[in-house]
Amino acid sequence: MALRDVLPRSRTLALVAGLPALGLLLLGAFFYAWGGWTLAVPADLTIANGDEPQTLDPAIVTAQLDQRICTAIYEGLTSSDPAGNIVPGVAQSWEISPDGRTYTFHLRPDAQWSNGEPLTAGDFVASWKRVLDPATASDYAYQLFYLVNGEAYYNRTITDFSQVGVKAPDDHTLVVTLSHPTAYFLQLTAAMQTLFPVHLATVREYGDDWTKPGRIVGNGPYVLKAWRLNDYILLEANPHYWRPVAIKRIRVLPVRDANTCFNLFYSGKIDLILDQSSIPPVLLPDIRKQPYFHPNPIGATTFVRFNVKRHPFDDVRVRRALALALDKQDIVDKIIRSGEPVARTLVPPGNPGYIPPAGLPHDLDEAKRLLAAAGYPGGRNFPDVTLLYATKGTGPAIATEMQALWSRDLGINSIHLRGQEFKVYLNSQSSTDFDLCISRWIGDYNDPQTFLDMFVTGGGNNDTNWSDPAYDQMLADSESTPDPVRRMQILQGMEKILVEDQLPIFPVSFTVGAVLYHPGALGGFASNFVDDHPWGDLYIPGKK
Amino acid sequence: MGAIIIRRLFAAIPVLFIIVSLTFVLMHNAPGSPFTSERHIPAPIMAALERKYHLNGTFGQQYGQYLWDLAHGDLGLSTQYRNRTVNEIIAQSLPVSMVLGTLAYAFALMAGITLGGLAAVRQHRAGDRWIVFLALLGISIPNFVLALLLIRVFAIDLNLLPVAGWGSLDQLVLPAFCLSVPFVASLTRLTRGSLIEVLRLDFVRTARAKGLPESAVLFRHALKVAILPIIGYSGPAIAGVLTGSIVVETIFGIPGIGPFFVNSVLNRDPFMTCGVVLIFGLFLILCNLAADILYFVVDRRVNLQ
Repeated sequence: MALRDVLPRSRTLALVAGLPALGLLLLGAFFYAWGGWTLAVPADLTIANGDEPQTLDPAIVTAQLDQRICTAIYEGLTSSDPAGNIVPGVAQSWEISPDGRTYTFHLRPDAQWSNGEPLTAGDFVASWKRVLDPATASDYAYQLFYLVNGEAYYNRTITDFSQVGVKAPDDHTLVVTLSHPTAYFLQLTAAMQTLFPVHLATVREYGDDWTKPGRIVGNGPYVLKAWRLNDYILLEANPHYWRPVAIKRIRVLPVRDANTCFNLFYSGKIDLILDQSSIPPVLLPDIRKQPYFHPNPIGATTFVRFNVKRHPFDDVRVRRALALALDKQDIVDKIIRSGEPVARTLVPPGNPGYIPPAGLPHDLDEAKRLLAAAGYPGGRNFPDVTLLYATKGTGPAIATEMQALWSRDLGINSIHLRGQEFKVYLNSQSSTDFDLCISRWIGDYNDPQTFLDMFVTGGGNNDTNWSDPAYDQMLADSESTPDPVRRMQILQGMEKILVEDQLPIFPVSFTVGAVLYHPGALGGFASNFVDDHPWGDLYIPGKK
Repeated sequence: MGAIIIRRLFAAIPVLFIIVSLTFVLMHNAPGSPFTSERHIPAPIMAALERKYHLNGTFGQQYGQYLWDLAHGDLGLSTQYRNRTVNEIIAQSLPVSMVLGTLAYAFALMAGITLGGLAAVRQHRAGDRWIVFLALLGISIPNFVLALLLIRVFAIDLNLLPVAGWGSLDQLVLPAFCLSVPFVASLTRLTRGSLIEVLRLDFVRTARAKGLPESAVLFRHALKVAILPIIGYSGPAIAGVLTGSIVVETIFGIPGIGPFFVNSVLNRDPFMTCGVVLIFGLFLILCNLAADILYFVVDRRVNLQ
């Protein structure tokens, strides 16, 4: 049979080819009319964000990816500059009382919402009241428990909001009273979206739906113009913001896959990548040599938790031995490979005024001696224990390497790996259902407190069963002293207990993120420890 | 026939009910709550969160509340995407997957039947061998490998097509092709096998003996019978392709519904998981019903009961 016999005009052929084609045409036409094809909108800058925002309501937001967009749409009393310093935001100046407990903020008289209405001190009071209303369901409501009676109001032990420590004596003055002198409070007002103002009339009108484009009212450098689920977000300069911004339109792409994200950057479709998780790990060693690679050390630490209630980690000598023996350099060089420095302390460097303790060195001989003293010479008779880790990112590789290193250097062959899916892992960690656990903590603000207050007795993030009354007392002292130098000394003493003496945990490495942008194509970006990069300060060189 | 279709549709309700109930029970018992994060949430705040998202109370109360909402067409709130309802998420992402899926399957049908037909009429010749080889390759090669290869060649090296994204016609080409390849391969093999069998039957010999041109024998007589297994295969296949693919949609950054099938479970987003399972179940039932009806239309021997 020749081929030409098979290619005639035929109704069946028309049916086979024509019907699906027709259906497709109709569906395409419908979809076109429905408004799906609008990505052609021009933008001056395209930023990759690793996932779809969970919410853009500042009272509810918790994920860093969402916080970035919120910081573009809203602004707190204070703000951050590109280097991470605290600068005036809605408040143009402030005074702190000598006891460190009362903050008086003077708001810009010309402060406005993005719809042109004046923004007043009363808006802050109402917004904070909203956060402290359990019906709002704010995960970070406790960021306002610093206020006098904040927690009591949340728990409804008091019902009169006027007893809570925030007052607006006039439209441009906000007086905040804290229950302790909180040295980092101005950082919270800059970086914690929970403390940002929301436009209550809009919230009341639309309920949960108020953050949609066309409805949302903010007070930051940008306004939300478009938001399509998993597709893109378009931000436009807010004409009512108190200072001009250089970049008029920003497009945000929620690209989850690292390969996809890097391909888009490589082909010029994305101008700025802010997360290391958006870069394929196998390419990282090569990308690090490129001019568009910028290391971004951030205030976060990878560390190991011991469950001090479980044998053999109830013995501090065993904890010390494992910490002293671990070849952290090997882990950062071979596994993490992003140029992370080895950590000897939990608090990352870069906290002004804080002098960290020395921490423990890598000392194999001492480790072997301690292990023998604890009854396990050469690792013999060491009981079966498990090492818990999350099966995402470099978690499995780090765990495997740790297991191998402890086996090689201490002769312990009874540490078993226990990888769990992220949420299951978090569950095991918070219920201290582990012997050893690989953890990471990202500081909420640039202060040692955010790392050290975790390990207070019964603290929600302690997760080690460790408890030391002396440590708890020091934390209380540090919170009540108005003297900043004295406070830092106390915090140093606490960290010494943590990483040199008691070791309920030991640090492994300080996180270094990776940021990608072409140096000639973007300005106004700096790496900083709070990993906060205000988009309102970005500019395109030559276009400024 | 109308009555039969209606009866079949009613029979779908208990099936969907069982599917959703099983999903609900599984999600309810999964370790970790939707609100679990690296930061500990104080108990009163956790209680407020659970109240807001109807996750408080006993299992019976939660399940009853969900069924009650479901009966009113309300699929619940997403615990992951806090300002969105499950209805809204599905309404935004399902059409995207459907457009991509329709395009992919339409191409698969055209290419698969053509290639399969070609292979059948040239059985055991070089063309046939090549087609069979390619079909085997198409079935074996994983989607993500093919996707990355295509991106490398067509988007990066040749710079002909965009690497990813959604919103213009050229952005549809690679993902739709990628999505269609396994279906092209399966349909090719199905058509080839079925046509080879049919071409041996007596009625084909009769048609040829009548002096009909070979094209008429093939298209008017043989293909009509040979197409039956393709209809059967296409029912579930279309249900699958219209509800998106996690791999293709993730690699090409497409805002479809596919990734929700996995991510909603990882996020412990209970109502979202139930929602996508329900949608897939519904599509599967509808597409199978459509396939049965088509069978009935094409082949009168089939009894719809």
